[in-house]
Amino acid sequence: MTMKGKSLISITDYTKDEYLKILETAAGFEANPNQKLLSDKVVASLFFEPSTRTRLSFETAANRLGARVIGFSDSGSTSVQKGETLKDTIIMVSSYADIIVMRHPREGAARWASEVSSVPVINAGDGANQHPTQCMLDLYTILQTQRTLNNLNIAMVGDLKYGRTVHSLVQAMCNFNATFHLVSPQELKLPSVTKMHIKDANLKYEQYTELADVIPFADIIYMTRIQKERFSDPIEYEKVKNSYVLTKAMLEGCKPNMKILHPLPRVNEISEDVDTTKQAYYFKQAENGVYVRQALLATILGAK
Amino acid sequence: MDKETRELKVTAIENGTVIDHIPANNVFKVIRILNLENNNHQVLFGDNLDSEKYGKKGIIKVSNTFFAPDEINKIALVAPTATLIVIRNFKVVEKTKVEVPDEIIKIVKCFNPGCITNHENITTRFKVIDKAEMKLKCHYCEKSIARNNIIFA
Repeated sequence: MTMKGKSLISITDYTKDEYLKILETAAGFEANPNQKLLSDKVVASLFFEPSTRTRLSFETAANRLGARVIGFSDSGSTSVQKGETLKDTIIMVSSYADIIVMRHPREGAARWASEVSSVPVINAGDGANQHPTQCMLDLYTILQTQRTLNNLNIAMVGDLKYGRTVHSLVQAMCNFNATFHLVSPQELKLPSVTKMHIKDANLKYEQYTELADVIPFADIIYMTRIQKERFSDPIEYEKVKNSYVLTKAMLEGCKPNMKILHPLPRVNEISEDVDTTKQAYYFKQAENGVYVRQALLATILGAK
Repeated sequence: MDKETRELKVTAIENGTVIDHIPANNVFKVIRILNLENNNHQVLFGDNLDSEKYGKKGIIKVSNTFFAPDEINKIALVAPTATLIVIRNFKVVEKTKVEVPDEIIKIVKCFNPGCITNHENITTRFKVIDKAEMKLKCHYCEKSIARNNIIFA
């Protein structure tokens, strides 16, 4: 198994053993984050659309490994504005840097970049398609809180239709005998293609419309934001916008090991009074993003 | 009308390829996929001809042209029932059925407007994920496309 030089575009590009190796390496960085393993490397951070957590955590990861970071956080200040193609930008940057981390609004942009680049590419989000490093940090956090990835009851709540983090996490957890509890309004149910992944893995899922129904038996509650623009009928949005809000009072009777995850940003779907409970784990989850991204950069650049 | 008269609706060729049993109305799509518009040899075609098996069918005859399996299998998207007949000296020397390929390159356009292939000059690639249902998956944006959403480039 060698991941050196291997791009990470889609969660299916890596095998189960490869994810597990990354998670193990990430644990080493959590114990000892400042390791100057990449002091002779340049990491290009190309964010063609804005991002807070993903960009900052990748750049923190690179800095903690001693690498230098070049790039941009908004394509407005680049030649993209002059009409440069993605292909030309990537060919040029790949002659400057040792690895490219990129986010782009178009689906498939990262795959295309990996085909024209002479250095490996890590996809930090391509439109509504994939965000594999988020999925890996979700797996790392689940493993950290449950001490296992196997046989868990995973509740997913909110926008299950468009949420790319949900689709990738379902796909990844299909490797670990999970049972899925899917809580969403009718309009935002998990797409049938993702349900097929669950069926193909011979696993079970249940669909719910009430969040309270899953709290007693969930090991993980994965919350997501419901976005107004996803609704064709604004009245429908008004009806459901407050129905998937998790409050401290609702946590009574949950399993002692249960933890709440959220890819962030949150709006109102997790009430602030939850933040101080021992179930709240979303900020730690965001922190874990740095260790997982350190593990990916170090592994792909051959330093681990 | 006897069989011979029916066949003569489209003139016989001496050497070349006959693509028979094309679903009616898809003849022009097949012509486009095989780029026969730019072929310098004789191309004869008929559409909405009577067929015992399918009711109506299309047929194309191309003189002095022989297709590699990869090339001809591209038409499986629009003509899964097509038969390929190789003619030499007015005689049938080979008869095969088209096979749905594992991958479709170039001829289909991704139906997802957000896909990078619709914004840059990229050769499209699709995996055929369900040969019976003719379901494709874009290599770039990873969206699956049902048969009725397939758009030809």
